[in-house]
Amino acid sequence: MDLTYTPEQQAFRAEVREWLEAHVSAVPLEHFDATREGFEAHREWEKALKSGDWGMVTWPKEYGGRGLDLIQWLIFEEEYYRARAPGRVNQNGIFLLGPTLMEFGTHEQKSRFLPRMASGEEIWAQAWSEPMAGSDLAGVRATAVLEGDEYVLNGHKIWSSRAAFADMAFGLFRAPGSERHHGMSLIFFPLDAAGVTVNPIRKINGHVGFAEIFLENVRVPAFNRLGDEGQGWHICMATAGFERGLMLRSPARYQVAAAELAKLWQARKDEPGIDPALEADVVRAFMNAESYALSIYQTASRLIAGAKIGPEASTNKIFWSELDIHLHRTALAILGPEAELLSEPGAHDWIDDYIFALAGPIYAGSNEIQRNIIAERMLGLPRK
Amino acid sequence: MDFTLNDEQQMFAQTARQLFADTCTPDHWRRQMESGAVLDAERWAQIVETGFPLVLLPEDAGGLGLGELDFALIAEAAGYNALPDPLVESAGIALPLLAAAKPDSELLCDPAAIIAIEHPANPYVADAEAATALVLHKDGQAYLAAREDVTLTRKESIDPFRRLYRVDWEVAKAQPLGAVDWDLTLERGALFAAAQGLGLAQRAVDLAVDYAKDRQQFGKPIGTYQAVKHHLASAQVAIEFARPVVLAAAADIAHGDVQSRARVSHAKIVALEAADHAARASIQVHGAMGYSWEVDVHLFLKRALALTNSWGTPYFHRQRILHRIETQPLGPDQTFAREAEHA
Repeated sequence: MDLTYTPEQQAFRAEVREWLEAHVSAVPLEHFDATREGFEAHREWEKALKSGDWGMVTWPKEYGGRGLDLIQWLIFEEEYYRARAPGRVNQNGIFLLGPTLMEFGTHEQKSRFLPRMASGEEIWAQAWSEPMAGSDLAGVRATAVLEGDEYVLNGHKIWSSRAAFADMAFGLFRAPGSERHHGMSLIFFPLDAAGVTVNPIRKINGHVGFAEIFLENVRVPAFNRLGDEGQGWHICMATAGFERGLMLRSPARYQVAAAELAKLWQARKDEPGIDPALEADVVRAFMNAESYALSIYQTASRLIAGAKIGPEASTNKIFWSELDIHLHRTALAILGPEAELLSEPGAHDWIDDYIFALAGPIYAGSNEIQRNIIAERMLGLPRK
Repeated sequence: MDFTLNDEQQMFAQTARQLFADTCTPDHWRRQMESGAVLDAERWAQIVETGFPLVLLPEDAGGLGLGELDFALIAEAAGYNALPDPLVESAGIALPLLAAAKPDSELLCDPAAIIAIEHPANPYVADAEAATALVLHKDGQAYLAAREDVTLTRKESIDPFRRLYRVDWEVAKAQPLGAVDWDLTLERGALFAAAQGLGLAQRAVDLAVDYAKDRQQFGKPIGTYQAVKHHLASAQVAIEFARPVVLAAAADIAHGDVQSRARVSHAKIVALEAADHAARASIQVHGAMGYSWEVDVHLFLKRALALTNSWGTPYFHRQRILHRIETQPLGPDQTFAREAEHA
């Protein structure tokens, strides 16, 4: 165990910091889920990132990356959040589908999809859930039928993040007549293809953060299927592992928020009416963010040493979603009567971030499902 | 940057787990509780034979010269098996202090010698009766006294394997050790309490898992019910996020700066919380059985309770983390940062 950065890692941090300091605008962009303009402004930012070769630093060079390891990835993320750089509008692509493509895609598929993902040219939405298939994802009913060298897709997807403005979606479909975990395939489709209807859905913060998607005889090339036909469930579980395990929520995000919280506490703790007991929560929020960071460094080291992400990914998802809510509730308690006010431009947006945090225990597999996974696959308790 | 244990450390941990599992069966616990023996001589001989008491001793003193991370893995295994013998306090905390204060002490030449320690953080001295000698404190100075030169008054602990004593002694009958590093000793005490907490927590979960697989109600194992699953899953989450903190605290303890102290405190708080959480969840999953003396879960609950307030209370440790928050830079690039300037 060696908990120091090598000179190369330190030099990498300095390089990231310098580039971000020169390129991140002091004026934050409008949120990518708020309006089409906000979304496109984030696409421009992704292009700028790519021009500095920062699109997805862990990917091989031939697919638009830099071929760096996971420790460098963590350093990049730390600097990214430290610089208050814009949110990654293509997170469904670069953090979820990207690693999955890397593992299951052919060279042709990787060459076709990854570089355009890294550059923001194609922004992705995830199309897994359906009205009757949420936590019970194996209940998916949307179908894919192979006709010649094309798939014909039909069905109804919902809660599809980014789908309101995105270009492409990766969806879970099944062969007609197949049941449960069998007969599923993961297939990509353009969101502007003939037969696709996208109806944006407003989130509780008013943003059109997700959408429902109707597919009516949508034709896509068979090339758009990732992995073998019928392998869809297996591939989705691998994607979910990336989602819950490492990529989706960087520790840096919570470390920045915990530092902001400490600043808020310092500024307000001596005001009349402030509950001194909140001090313990400020310390707790710091500890939680540190715990999560240390755990992710441990996971990254294990993966570099050749391990695979397993069911322990589910513990991450529970931990970060719960710490996020606790941290923001602490901030709102410090703000007291001001907590309900929408924030001024440029100020830390506690209330909006709190509302966002409330989604954490639901998306990427509800925390109830994660606890089932931990109990059954880590602890070995019986399914039934 | 490498957050993995090396092969030697993993082998060491495995040896400790195996030895303690073989010699701390429920049968062993019960016999020792009935006899009230302050030490299981046979088990202690086996522990001495493995060299565990020598881990933190410098090589010049005949020790293995290993670090706190190595010993933390042994302490974790001790927690997992509710080890009744004073290995952690003697070899992990008292011996390194003695070796630093008095490198020529003949006690260091006897690997079977048990040293008890009186520390300002703790009102009582654990395992003084089994000790050959005691490290004592008075006005910031340390003294060494032979067991027979002090008077011990037993204070009963809720933990049947924690033997606590009030120690009455005279300076005239003790050997002065001068000014020692009581602070580093506290760091080690807190760190190894945390490491034991990890083991206690995991054992409490494992016992409940075994029970929930077996115990049937409404025609199926209670472990199939989500209410039971979720209790244990939550306890496991707490363990998973305490362990990296304990390992990082152990790896960096020697820096002795604001950050390393805060990390030890962080480890102490979250590992013992995980142990308390897991022990209470385990008792709940065991139902009335869990509340009986016959089922072993209570041993883990009681050890967790005792260690939670030993070597600094949660409040004491929280204040040290607050000090780190208030005096050092915060942010995502500061996870492994060191104190810039000593204030």
